[in-house]
Amino acid sequence: MSRNRAVVSVVGKDKVGIISSVTTSLADQNVNILDISQTILQDFFTMMMLIELPEDRPQEDIEKALQQTAETIGVKIDIQREELFQSMHRI
Amino acid sequence: MSLAFQEIQETIRMIQMEKLDIRTVTMGISLHDCIDPDQEAMRRRVYEKITGAAAELKKTADKTADEYGIPIVNKRISITPAAELLGHSSVDDAVKLAHTLDQAAEALGVDFIGGFSAMIHKGETKGDRVLMDALPRALSETQRVCGSVSTASTKSGINMDGVRRLGSIIKEASERTADQDGLACAKFVVFCNPAEDNPFMAGAFHGTGEQEVVLNVGVSGPGVVLHALRRYPDADLGEVADVIKRTAFKITRAGELIGREVASRLNVPFGIMDLSLAPTNAMNDSVAEILEEIGLERVGTHGTIAALALMNDAVKKGGAMASSYVGGLSGAFIPVSEDNGMIKGIEDNSLTLSKLEAMTCVCSVGLDMIAVNGDTPADSIAGMIADEMAIGMINKKTTAVRVIPVPGRSEGDMVEFGGLLGRAPVMGMNPYSSSRMMERGGRIPAPLQSLIN
Repeated sequence: MSRNRAVVSVVGKDKVGIISSVTTSLADQNVNILDISQTILQDFFTMMMLIELPEDRPQEDIEKALQQTAETIGVKIDIQREELFQSMHRI
Repeated sequence: MSLAFQEIQETIRMIQMEKLDIRTVTMGISLHDCIDPDQEAMRRRVYEKITGAAAELKKTADKTADEYGIPIVNKRISITPAAELLGHSSVDDAVKLAHTLDQAAEALGVDFIGGFSAMIHKGETKGDRVLMDALPRALSETQRVCGSVSTASTKSGINMDGVRRLGSIIKEASERTADQDGLACAKFVVFCNPAEDNPFMAGAFHGTGEQEVVLNVGVSGPGVVLHALRRYPDADLGEVADVIKRTAFKITRAGELIGREVASRLNVPFGIMDLSLAPTNAMNDSVAEILEEIGLERVGTHGTIAALALMNDAVKKGGAMASSYVGGLSGAFIPVSEDNGMIKGIEDNSLTLSKLEAMTCVCSVGLDMIAVNGDTPADSIAGMIADEMAIGMINKKTTAVRVIPVPGRSEGDMVEFGGLLGRAPVMGMNPYSSSRMMERGGRIPAPLQSLIN
């Protein structure tokens, strides 16, 4: 398991261009996306992405960029290290 | 193996909606190398050691919490029981040391510093006496200093002279903070069989079996357990235990990961995980509400102890599988003022002091954050402590008393302590006296349970 992977979760009211905005923001930060899954539940857009954190950039920079995107498009974005999920759901 | 969408969602839901958090990371710091007959030099060494060892604690904990997206609510410090430092000190020196601890905690930005403590379960040393004499002032003149005294253990019995003294000390501490409804007493706990690595306040201290510096972690999550149970309204009690167990497992795994990460970033050994369900006054973050979800109309009614026993045991089983180093108090806390369900139980006349006492037989830790009439005699408080000590001694478990006689208030009044300490309805004590028993003094011998060699 790689130590520098994180889960990005995006939740908000569905509209055009959410995936595009979030992935563009990540690409600008030189972040590689490993996996995406997305669903719409009662008009609510939910997306989970597994990303690889670049070694030359602190996580807080990526977080800042994502928060800006979140404000612009009006959704909630969180970024959390993947180990948390692994340790809770895998033995 | 890659994670499923639902698993990621479950974790996020637990944190964002059900208040899963790391309740505390507590750095234990040994102060043995600070002992000096020159009191001023000792205080300087204590200050330097604490602020040096924990310089990065708050920053590192906050950064880790941020990266993993799981809150670490409290950053705390526990120290060598201060009485061990006070062999050459006067009472004034001891109070000054408490101020030094308070200043160190403030400089570091930590929430509490625990360990203004003494171990007198067999008897008192010079340092113990000085600390006990200083306790009322130390607790009422400082903001972040927490104290504890161990007056009983299964191995040694109950030091009843100490228990009686503590009744008066608690009264005096309360009167010294009468303008804050006796708040000083909320920072003080009396123990039987204390845990040397407990990260929770007010009873945290860094025991004699511990290393120089260590990081202990306390996780919590009554809200997560409550929500998990709500998804199984028709499950039988075996399945209820299983749901709690599985939830406790996940909570503990999250706590252990974060604890180890903070410890490794600070370059300090990881000590233990304390997997206590500690309620807060936040909506649905209540141990009482879990008991009610199991099927009680109101906490305190018949069946409460059975439900609590089931829950407490299931929490431990889940946690023990999730972490190799489970320690501290590990179980469920029932602090009245910090649990909206408990407060409601008392207001509705369902939960009584006697029932709370009985509940402490099957959970950690004891009579916690109980407000009682301000005019309660010191010997009655001592009697209450003695009862709780006896429960711990006989059952080979930790028990504790954190009781607040509220000056000028009487049964039925509501007292606000503010912040994490919450609010508590004042409870009435038994009006009959315990004085003659207290006047006898002496030591209750260790029970047969102690003869296990």
